[in-house]
Amino acid sequence: MTLLEARDLHVGFASHGRRARAVDGVNLAVGEGEIVALVGESGCGKTTLARTLLGLERPTSGSVLYGGAPLAYSSRALKAYRREVQLVLQDPMGSLNPRHTVYEAVAEGPRIHRLTGERELVAEALSRAGLRPPERFLDSFPHQLSGGQRQRVVIAGALALNPRLLIADEPVASLDASVRGEILALLLRLRADLGLSALVVTHDLGLAWNIADRVAVMYLGRIVETGPVEQVLTAPSHPYTQALLSVLPESPAPVILAGEPPDATRVPGGCRFHPRCQVLAGGAAAEAGVDSACRSQALTVLPASPEAHTACHYAAR
Amino acid sequence: MSATAGARRRTALARFWREYRRNRAGVTGGVILVVAVLLAVLTPLITDPAGLDVTRATGAKMAGPSLEFPLGTDESGRSVLLMVLWGSRVSLLIGFMSALLSMVIGTMTGIAAGHFRGWFGAVLMRITDWFLVLPQLVLALVLGAILGGGVSTIILAIGVTSWATTARLIRAQTLAVEARPYIERSKALGAGHWHIMTRHVLPNVAPLVLANTTLSVASAIVAESTLAFLGAGSGEVSWGGLLRGSYDWGAATSGAWWYILAPGLCIVAVVMAFTLCGRALEAVLNPRLRGVPR
Amino acid sequence: MSLLELRDVAVSYRIPAGEVPAVRGVSLSLAPGEALGLAGESGSGKSTLAMALLRLLPRDAEVTGEILLDGEDVLAMKWGRLRAVRWASASMVFQGAQHALNPVRRIEDQIAEPMLVHGLATPAEAKRRVAELLEQVGLPAWRARGYSHELSGGQRQRVMIAMALACSPRLIIADEPTTALDVMIQAQVLQLMRSLIAEHEVSLIMISHDLSVLASMCDRLAIMYAGRIVESGPAHEVFAGASHPYSRALAAAFPTVGDPASRLAPQGLGGDPPDPLHLPTGCSFHPRCPVAGPDCASAEVELWPANPSGSHTAACVNVRSEVAP
Repeated sequence: MTLLEARDLHVGFASHGRRARAVDGVNLAVGEGEIVALVGESGCGKTTLARTLLGLERPTSGSVLYGGAPLAYSSRALKAYRREVQLVLQDPMGSLNPRHTVYEAVAEGPRIHRLTGERELVAEALSRAGLRPPERFLDSFPHQLSGGQRQRVVIAGALALNPRLLIADEPVASLDASVRGEILALLLRLRADLGLSALVVTHDLGLAWNIADRVAVMYLGRIVETGPVEQVLTAPSHPYTQALLSVLPESPAPVILAGEPPDATRVPGGCRFHPRCQVLAGGAAAEAGVDSACRSQALTVLPASPEAHTACHYAAR
Repeated sequence: MSATAGARRRTALARFWREYRRNRAGVTGGVILVVAVLLAVLTPLITDPAGLDVTRATGAKMAGPSLEFPLGTDESGRSVLLMVLWGSRVSLLIGFMSALLSMVIGTMTGIAAGHFRGWFGAVLMRITDWFLVLPQLVLALVLGAILGGGVSTIILAIGVTSWATTARLIRAQTLAVEARPYIERSKALGAGHWHIMTRHVLPNVAPLVLANTTLSVASAIVAESTLAFLGAGSGEVSWGGLLRGSYDWGAATSGAWWYILAPGLCIVAVVMAFTLCGRALEAVLNPRLRGVPR
Repeated sequence: MSLLELRDVAVSYRIPAGEVPAVRGVSLSLAPGEALGLAGESGSGKSTLAMALLRLLPRDAEVTGEILLDGEDVLAMKWGRLRAVRWASASMVFQGAQHALNPVRRIEDQIAEPMLVHGLATPAEAKRRVAELLEQVGLPAWRARGYSHELSGGQRQRVMIAMALACSPRLIIADEPTTALDVMIQAQVLQLMRSLIAEHEVSLIMISHDLSVLASMCDRLAIMYAGRIVESGPAHEVFAGASHPYSRALAAAFPTVGDPASRLAPQGLGGDPPDPLHLPTGCSFHPRCPVAGPDCASAEVELWPANPSGSHTAACVNVRSEVAP
């Protein structure tokens, strides 16, 4: 059963007088109890997509569906939506108001929604997030906590509203290696205990391997490959996914793509990855006779189904 | 919760006081202010206002300092000391109240202009800019003339013309606070505009507001003196009014230095004291000067 | 002879509440051309140690022990000599390149600065050298006239590397040089560093909390915990066969994609880093250690050999009992 879905979503911005197509046609679904990793480099539109799914950004076209119904943007409807879908940001120090205690930070959601039994909600959320006993932390300030504890407070703040889905933007990128696994294990435990779904936005393929059921690889505003983690990460079919996997430290033959990820104000024609594609540059695409398609023929937008899909002329030959 | 919050506030206050005490200039300013305010409050208890009445003045005209009149007398034979004491009440009252008014307008405008980025914020900023470039003194003079004399008029005239810089400052700080991720988190929790402005922005700009208000009391006192000196005063005895009187009666040319120096030095001392306190508050409260605990 | 030798280096910060030990007795040596990886979580003292090497710490830090660079004690150097050593013999690549570059000066001026300051080049030579350096780090020459805000994160890090290379130092200290960068950019920067180090025969000390990155870049690894080195040895031996439970936790934190053991099973380390003012007794790691025995709270630990040759050492009582004769 699909919980949250993006349907042919487009989000654009004006950037230095040009139009940036940050999200340029995305279908993506997160099922109930499912953890989906959205992977890509900075500037690929993954954070914009996450913000749009949260209703913090409005799509230029297409729609966000929650429980099958399109998201309404009235402030009352958005407020109700916030109880269902919650956000966890990358930098836990920045996500907590330095002047608020742990109690105030976690109680903020219940206060906004005028929930009863605030104290119990806060204590329960803190212990669910692994801060036990909760009383020990209530009066602490963010700067008195370690990085991992801060991120747990942020997660507890989201849990206090009893949401059904967490959208986590690089939840462990600014944490120490030793803490990283603990926070990821917490997300898995919340799924097991509460049936909490999650969309994890990251540039870290190891994270996807650690906790996600499905992965969607995003490049320049589009999802270029999607499918079950085992399949996509062990037998990637898109050249971009292959390159991302090949540069992981232990991998034997790194394919290092030259240059920076291109910017969303100048999306190349044809396959949007073709200027950096190692398969095209290496001549394999020409051998297969798809090189002209790569350069000139646009690819269709991948569907939001759970099966594996790849947007690549070469892979589809 | 309230008990712990209360205790927390007390420890925060204690920490603030400890740091403030280390600032020598701030302590000096604070002492001058406490003395000035105490004197102003106690004046009705220790002096007789009858001495302010021209018809009941007992001293000689323009007499120098003596035992009976430690700061000499004015053109009607009134005690300058008595007038300086009574004048401090009006000057300080106008200083405090108009600074408060300007702070309230400035803070509300600044936070709103920083929070609402659309046309509303833009309009607020244009209004602020308009007040910023208007010659303040002229505007206050005109307002005073239209609304008629009286202490409340002067408070209104000074308050309404001096909030624009505060608004600019608060807006800049608001923009900085609103860029922090915890604002995004709060929005995702479902927070509305009011919640974000009162729970996150206001507490963060409050120290700045406090320091800024202290500084603007000083400029309000100067503004009041200027208005009174230019003849647009409240009609009550104030330091500016005294200076005006000394000018009118040619105190400078007739060698009646006490008539000029007494109110003049009072203004200088109190304005300096407020400035010292404001700077000290800024240093203690402004995390950028102090370095936030990480 | 080793290029850099540390003998019992300790660093503590003076704060109102007392002395905070950040580094507590570190000894290590680095041969010319060798790359050493220094790993540990934040607060382990790894960055403090790196800063101490060039005496870049704030005034309230007290450094004791000996730091011998080419046999000369950095801690005893006069100010002028120290300035000559910084950049010219040893230079630093900081994390967060956007803050380490001056936004209002041209890139070329910033790269040329150390050469001109140390009188190693005339302005004309410096200009030529800047062009050469930019080419080496893979940036187009016209970027020299630009400013740092026109560059992307990866390009700024390349500029930082060019600056570090400017005076042809013999040692480069890189503190989390790729932490803020994307995987692909990280791979580009690491590849660049690897080739430059090989080409120029520079020694490298690289600091990171990502053990897998260090293992792929360095010859040797040293793992720090609570201000001490708890394990040190050949990179692949430490990464793949760590002897200290803390090193094992660090190595497991970044999973190998495709490894069934880590699939849906993220590995972490419970507990929090110790408070340096109240360090645990015995082995400082024992409160968080998954294999701690009853003696660990009292046992004094030191670096014991963890392989027959003694090139791999670990400060864990289990190592002593396994390898000791």
